[in-house]
Amino acid sequence: MTPVQAVTALAASPLSAEVPARAQMATTLGFHIILACLGIALPTIVLIAEFVGLRRSNPVAMKLARRWSQAMGVLVAVGAVTGTVLSFEMGLLWPTLMRQYGEVLGLPFGIEGLFFFLEAIFTAIYLYGWRRLSGWAHWWSGVPIAISGIFGAMSVIAVNSWMNQPGGFTERGGRIVSVNPWQVYFNHAATYEMPHMVLAAYMVTGFVVAGIYAAGILRGRRDRYHYTGFAIGFVPAAILTPFQIFIGDTAARAVAQDQPVKFAAMEYVTQTSRKVPEWLGGVYVNGHIYGGLKIPYMDSLLVGFSPNTEVIGWDSVPAAERPPVVWLIHLCFDVMVGLGFLLLLAGLWAAYTWWRKRRLPSQRLFWLLGAVSGLAAIGAMECGWVVTEVGRQPWVVYRRLTTTDAATTNGGVLTSLSLIIVVYALLAVATILILRMLARRWRRSDLREATVLDGAAARPQEQAATRAGARWPR
Amino acid sequence: MATLIGAILLASITLYAVLGGADFGGGLWDLLAGTTARGRMPRALIDESITPVWETNHVWLIFDLVIFWTAFPHAFAAVMTALALPLWLALGGIVLRGAGFAFRKEITRLSLQRAAGATFAFSSLLTPFFMGTVIGAIATGRVPADATHASLSAWTSPTSVLIGFLFVSACGYLAAVYLAGEAERRSDRCLQTYFTRRAQAAAVVAGALSLAALVELHGSNRAMFDRLTGRSLSLVILAGVCGLGVLALLATGRRIVARVVAALGVAAVVWGWGVAQYPVLLPGTSVTLTNAGAPNSTLIALVALVVLVAVLVGPSLVLLFTLQGRRLLEAGEGGPWSVNGPTGQTQPPRTPLQPPRPAGKPPGLLALVAVAALVRRRQRR
Repeated sequence: MTPVQAVTALAASPLSAEVPARAQMATTLGFHIILACLGIALPTIVLIAEFVGLRRSNPVAMKLARRWSQAMGVLVAVGAVTGTVLSFEMGLLWPTLMRQYGEVLGLPFGIEGLFFFLEAIFTAIYLYGWRRLSGWAHWWSGVPIAISGIFGAMSVIAVNSWMNQPGGFTERGGRIVSVNPWQVYFNHAATYEMPHMVLAAYMVTGFVVAGIYAAGILRGRRDRYHYTGFAIGFVPAAILTPFQIFIGDTAARAVAQDQPVKFAAMEYVTQTSRKVPEWLGGVYVNGHIYGGLKIPYMDSLLVGFSPNTEVIGWDSVPAAERPPVVWLIHLCFDVMVGLGFLLLLAGLWAAYTWWRKRRLPSQRLFWLLGAVSGLAAIGAMECGWVVTEVGRQPWVVYRRLTTTDAATTNGGVLTSLSLIIVVYALLAVATILILRMLARRWRRSDLREATVLDGAAARPQEQAATRAGARWPR
Repeated sequence: MATLIGAILLASITLYAVLGGADFGGGLWDLLAGTTARGRMPRALIDESITPVWETNHVWLIFDLVIFWTAFPHAFAAVMTALALPLWLALGGIVLRGAGFAFRKEITRLSLQRAAGATFAFSSLLTPFFMGTVIGAIATGRVPADATHASLSAWTSPTSVLIGFLFVSACGYLAAVYLAGEAERRSDRCLQTYFTRRAQAAAVVAGALSLAALVELHGSNRAMFDRLTGRSLSLVILAGVCGLGVLALLATGRRIVARVVAALGVAAVVWGWGVAQYPVLLPGTSVTLTNAGAPNSTLIALVALVVLVAVLVGPSLVLLFTLQGRRLLEAGEGGPWSVNGPTGQTQPPRTPLQPPRPAGKPPGLLALVAVAALVRRRQRR
């Protein structure tokens, strides 16, 4: 069989595209969202470091800012291309969604494009302006990146929240006849989804940065460089954590109102009733909940502040309109909330020690917690996406278009899914290896600097050696 | 209103072609630059010219997609379904190109650097080629309005494949012309001749492929040929004149002006295609600008958005290209690679932003010129 025949045969295979299409969207989105978080919030963290460096003439913070911005260059590039994959997939995997609602959900995407432009332009100026722009001019060139990162994230979330709470358009005879951009952008769900995701991005980035330096500190690198790096990431993220928990709680109550079936899956509400218990953990299979801790009345209390609050169960819709794998939705929700509280605990611990002793905690457990905080934040964020996306199934646009109908009629999605998994695995490995390589290079240069400072003025030779060692890319 | 959006979409595609296309063309020359030792200097220039701007140029593609699916969702869904395979392949090229390019810079080990560089260079060919076949398939009317399945024959017709190769050579042509100008601004004689020669070769190849595509169209799709040589004739002639003009300018050593003319020539090709199709969106079907989906309120919002983009992004772009033109953008924290330019002159490590120098060379405001030309043309219509 020639390659052309093979491709044609694959393209014509009658396999339903919905499941692989969903798997592919989940893989690519789950991968991109980490880079997106870093793209949204890392510029701010770098700007904080540079601000400290400029304002207090702190050379350590300045060095961190420069180095982080080099890592940012790699992450932004990978984020830009994985984001492009998602743009293409909107059409390649979900042509019917775009055909029916492209004119509605396209507008927030367009606004996102505007901010993506600004982000790309000022990222280039910021990243490559270190040598030739003066201190504060360089700092200000980074401010538009941070601002457009936030607005860009809001625009993308506007699309996602619109899919959860579609509105702002008039449909007649299967055609959209008018669109109200404001109502599309600021839909029902946008008010809580937007801040929830922007804060999540800041928490992920802050804790990831903190986690890297906490791991270094655990390995005995207890120097000013590592403590500064940890603090610049940890402090903003820890400050935002309680706000995030508050917004998340508000969001859950809103979901109970607006998307009751999703909420029922999140909390195992099988039947609409009062005095609903809260389940912590537990696996729901065929009408039974195995394991898990049951807290009586708690769910009703959380939803309406009274045990008599009625909570709508998934029995309110026919079986075909309920999300699949409820246990996954529930467990992901619990993991997200649990990790959120773990991160809150780490922040409170640090705050308490600072209040009493004006220093960071010295206990090894705290630094272990710090070292895993980045992974915990990423885990919580990914779980949140599973909850909102799987919880909306079988709908892609809530109560308007099912995912099955939206999926491409083309075969061969299994092929693209397999290829994407291979390429993304390589991309992930390469990105991590390169970041580690950068870190090693930085450590070596610190070591050299230390020896140079120790051993009199060996500087010129040192620089010459660096230059001789420099090789052209490729 | 739909016509205006169509013009905006075409303008945005033009900008992607003349800016993003050149970045892909850089990959072509990187691929052809030979061994590590021999290709060191040209690769250095390519790398330095692409690094600060490729992500920004790439956003034009995202913008094109968004305008396309927002304003013409029906046509978008049809294209995305019928031409899924070349689009996936073009996307693969985008991913590997971007990642390979970004990784190459940070890698120090030569073998890995070569692998990343080869990924970047090779995948730079994939994207323009498959994008070309997609445009070819649309232009030759091979995309049905209610496509339900991907079609291999839609984009593998001789015309589409020719247009695919034309895109690759056009990208290489733009890149070589820009790089020759860049080398001149750095007064690097050696690279100046190097890229001038390549620009001339690419110009000849691109010209030959354009003519071949026209001849092929004459036989296979008479309607499109007639419209190209009828309504779009002036633009087709403009494209040809620009091509010859670039050859003349390169021969007489006016490489910086040649960049603008080259971009104008490519823009003329894009607009020639657009004008020839107008007002049909998918030739061979009844899908036109006005009935491809979006209601008027969406189109108005889209125009407002484009105005916002022009107001906010326009000046920022000018700033970026000005800074790049003055060579104020270089890699940060002394990476493994030299930042001192291929000519080897050292620069002070950190000098404040200098005020504009009136006597200095004009900055390479290629984008600005292109935008201005487009705006003027749109006003004329």
